[in-house]
Amino acid sequence: MDFLLIQALSGLASAASLFLVASGLSIIFGVTRIVNFAHGAFYMLGAYVAFTLTDRFAGPLGFWGGLLVASLVVAALGALMEMVLLRRIYQAPELFQLLATFGVTLMVQDLVVLIWGPDDLMGPRAPGLSGAFSLFGRLVPSYDILLILLGPAVLGLLWLLFHRTRWGVLVRAATQDREMVASLGVNQKWLFTSVFALGVFLAALGGALQIPRTTVTHYMDLSIIVEVFVVVVIGGLGSVTGAFIAAVLVSELNAFGILVLPKISMITVFLVMAVVLVVRPWGLFGKPDAAPRASAGISVRPWKPMSVLERSGVALVVLLAALLPLVSGSYALSVGSEILVFVLFAASLHFMMTVGGLSSFGHAAYFGLGAYGAAFAVTYFGAPMEAALLLGPLLGLAGAVLFGWFCVRLSGVYFAMLTLAFAQITWSVAFQWVEVTGGDNGILGIWPSAWASTPQGFYWLTLAVVVVGVALLRMLVFSPFGFGLRAARDSALRAEAIGIDGKRTQWAAFMVAGTFAGIAGALFAFLKGSVFPETLAIPMSVDGLVMVLLGGIETVSGAVVGAVVYKALAIWLMSQTELSKLVLGGIIVLLVVAFPKGIVGFLEDWRHRRPPAPNGAGPKAAGKAATEAAPVGIAKLEAAR
Amino acid sequence: MKRMMGLALAALLMASGAARAEGEIKVGEINSYSALPGFTDPYRKGMELALKEINDAGGIKGKKLVIISKDDGGKPGDALTAANELVSRDGVVMIAGGFLSNVGLALSDFAKQKKVMYLASEPLTDALVWSKGNPYTFRLRTSNYMQAAMLAEEAAKLPAKRWATIAPNYEFGQSFVAAFKDLLKKRRPDVEFVAEQWPPLNKIDAGPVLQAIDAANPDAILNATFAGDLVKLVREGNTRGVFKNRAVVSYLTGEPEYLDPLKGETPEGWIVTGYPWYSIDTPEHKAFLDAYQQLNKDYPRLGSIVGYSTVKSIAAVLNATDDHSNEGLVKAMKNLKVSTPFGEIVYRGADHQSTLGAFVGKTALKDGKGIMVDVVFKKGADYLPSEDDAAKMRPAN
Repeated sequence: MDFLLIQALSGLASAASLFLVASGLSIIFGVTRIVNFAHGAFYMLGAYVAFTLTDRFAGPLGFWGGLLVASLVVAALGALMEMVLLRRIYQAPELFQLLATFGVTLMVQDLVVLIWGPDDLMGPRAPGLSGAFSLFGRLVPSYDILLILLGPAVLGLLWLLFHRTRWGVLVRAATQDREMVASLGVNQKWLFTSVFALGVFLAALGGALQIPRTTVTHYMDLSIIVEVFVVVVIGGLGSVTGAFIAAVLVSELNAFGILVLPKISMITVFLVMAVVLVVRPWGLFGKPDAAPRASAGISVRPWKPMSVLERSGVALVVLLAALLPLVSGSYALSVGSEILVFVLFAASLHFMMTVGGLSSFGHAAYFGLGAYGAAFAVTYFGAPMEAALLLGPLLGLAGAVLFGWFCVRLSGVYFAMLTLAFAQITWSVAFQWVEVTGGDNGILGIWPSAWASTPQGFYWLTLAVVVVGVALLRMLVFSPFGFGLRAARDSALRAEAIGIDGKRTQWAAFMVAGTFAGIAGALFAFLKGSVFPETLAIPMSVDGLVMVLLGGIETVSGAVVGAVVYKALAIWLMSQTELSKLVLGGIIVLLVVAFPKGIVGFLEDWRHRRPPAPNGAGPKAAGKAATEAAPVGIAKLEAAR
Repeated sequence: MKRMMGLALAALLMASGAARAEGEIKVGEINSYSALPGFTDPYRKGMELALKEINDAGGIKGKKLVIISKDDGGKPGDALTAANELVSRDGVVMIAGGFLSNVGLALSDFAKQKKVMYLASEPLTDALVWSKGNPYTFRLRTSNYMQAAMLAEEAAKLPAKRWATIAPNYEFGQSFVAAFKDLLKKRRPDVEFVAEQWPPLNKIDAGPVLQAIDAANPDAILNATFAGDLVKLVREGNTRGVFKNRAVVSYLTGEPEYLDPLKGETPEGWIVTGYPWYSIDTPEHKAFLDAYQQLNKDYPRLGSIVGYSTVKSIAAVLNATDDHSNEGLVKAMKNLKVSTPFGEIVYRGADHQSTLGAFVGKTALKDGKGIMVDVVFKKGADYLPSEDDAAKMRPAN
């Protein structure tokens, strides 16, 4: 019994750090609707700056002062990022800000190594709290008690801030209805900046408070960011209390879970999230979204099938691509094959995100399942490549059938997070089921049949599959099914009124996307000759998202261009420099600012530009308004006009 | 005009490049430079030192040795892209490197498929040379099994009967713990393993993990966590007194990469494998240490030894034969002797594992820093199964 109490205390201490970071993310999301991928980066920066300060200024004042100053410094950096970068792109389609913050995250990972060096850094212990006290004959670190008390204290302070100050009232109002707050004349610019700074402050404080417990490392951002997202979603987006309860729930389940199943830590949070979202689709304390306003941007220029001229252009590009093996070496061809595989992967995700309006954060699951499916077919059934390429994607389809059924019940970010949870559960099965999947050592020896084993042969095979795949996806967009899907995306009620079963249509779209991702995964397995859990992991899902967003989420086939640009850039930079993350992150940030509708979105705007109307409406002017950081609501209305 | 100048310059560069290539031997190298700079930074410094020594002494039979390094970002998929570039575009005669076990396995399968020799420098997994071994892959680093055997030998001398294990939840941790358990039980049938914890890599929740271990009341603890996880574990364990009156056997903890961050909080008396660069007084190591510190103004880490010995092994095999085709190199690599800062090693013909040894000692505190004391060097050959037995563990190729 004593032991269980101590274990509960340990769990509470872990919950406190999780809560601090999660509360910041929740506040930022609630108000600005930004999925701030850089939140982990600010957590890490908080720890690094706090390390530098506490290392230089010893003593209690130096330590506690150092933590506070570090958090303030990082909060200022966060505010700077919001003003310089995010303000320019608030009008961009939903999730586009994710791309910007992802770019920043990449840059920070390399920057901290450049500034603080590659070694792990150990900060001082907290003065006065370095020891432990005895409880039922067991020792409990005093610092844990501080953390345990800090959690509710911060929760209380945030409550006071939000309920007893004018600023807090505005923030809550904006969380409920941004457009209305803007219409009432509140200066959203500063409201957003201050909210962002507060959120980043909490993240940095969470990081700074870690230095007496662990080392400061350049990968600590990754170790927390996903968990924090999950906690926010379990608690309910925008609910600070929910984040607190969720952090406690997750930490306690983990603390006790490992007593029974020592290997459970890897997926505790994702299991909890999956269960919570299936039972309560908006998290523990979240409220159902108010009837969503029509996403204006998408309806500006209706999609059209390609004209004859455009078709010929595409045919020419495909022909040129097919002639590539005649002129280039085998390395270029294998890079070409890899890019093509990702074109199909991104196109499948794009189909779901753009046509279906379903943003998946876990699309790697189906890519990876396809890859594992192909590997199983080869390893366990001795199937030749041709059969494995057909069988592999069936596993992707099976995953999509199962997970999709649960996921399409939700929408928006909740949908995205449930896909993430399922992807992560799939990943951990692949990672832990060593007997079947080989664990992290993967499955080796998945090489193509003789006729496709040369780089040329495999390139042509990949090109053929990918061209057909992308063409099929495009045809689906303009098929009755595609129209039904778009109807369900744009107005669930009206679609239902004319007899479209929205959920069923979306589920079917989920399966389509999963199958095509599975085909890409199966090709990837044969390209690499081996399959590892990394094909199912979060970075793979994020890569897919980045490609789609980079290409342009409002376009029909932007993902193709996004995938080519991103993958080619990533491979080339990786080969040229060890600071590839810094450069790639920088390029992404620049692209985001330059093309707030994605590359293809920009090109289409350019093609369809009209002479600007006197009142400054039209796509061109909307771009200009972006630089002036007009309030979001207004920009949206303008776009809808 | 400007363009003309540019073209002329390019032509000149290409011409000089071609001229230089005449007298060059190119070797490809891949490692997790951006993902694991803590290891790869000293590793690269070790490689650079060896490369400088070799080329200053005339290179490989008069030809300059050139090593082209690529980053794998810690991902097997990206490592394969890099390997492809090295082999098909840069035309290297062999590839080397790797830190993570799955990267090493991916590269070894690539080597088998493309018929190019691969020298794995750091990956520790036993599968690399045994259950998934292949004719084209060799491994330098003292493997999981060898270090488990060295630590089990020391652990068997302890009175402890009840053991608990903490290891990161992936193949590295799993296979190490399995090998250690097996080897310890062989020496001491009376021991029992009473608790195990498998925190995810880089995400240990140290408090609950240690409480769970403590609750089983073991006499001794086996730890295989490292880097950030290790620091969390040590700090939390010291505060909670979990390590008090308990023997701890800890894998890799004596390596400067992992020991130095612990500074004044280094626990004393842990039995560890590692690299006590400050107290090795063999002439080979002294020469290495002096040269390294002269070049870098920094002390070496174990990564430096691995990088240095990798390049020395590459030079040795290239010197051993004039046939730099894949088959020629593989043939020359078998039973090749290479001198390293840890003494002479042999790449065993039967299983392609080198006999590089390791240092085993106890942790201690000196001037607020962690060091290894009571250090013994254990020869790798003594802790490997016989070549016949090892050969039986490899798949028939």
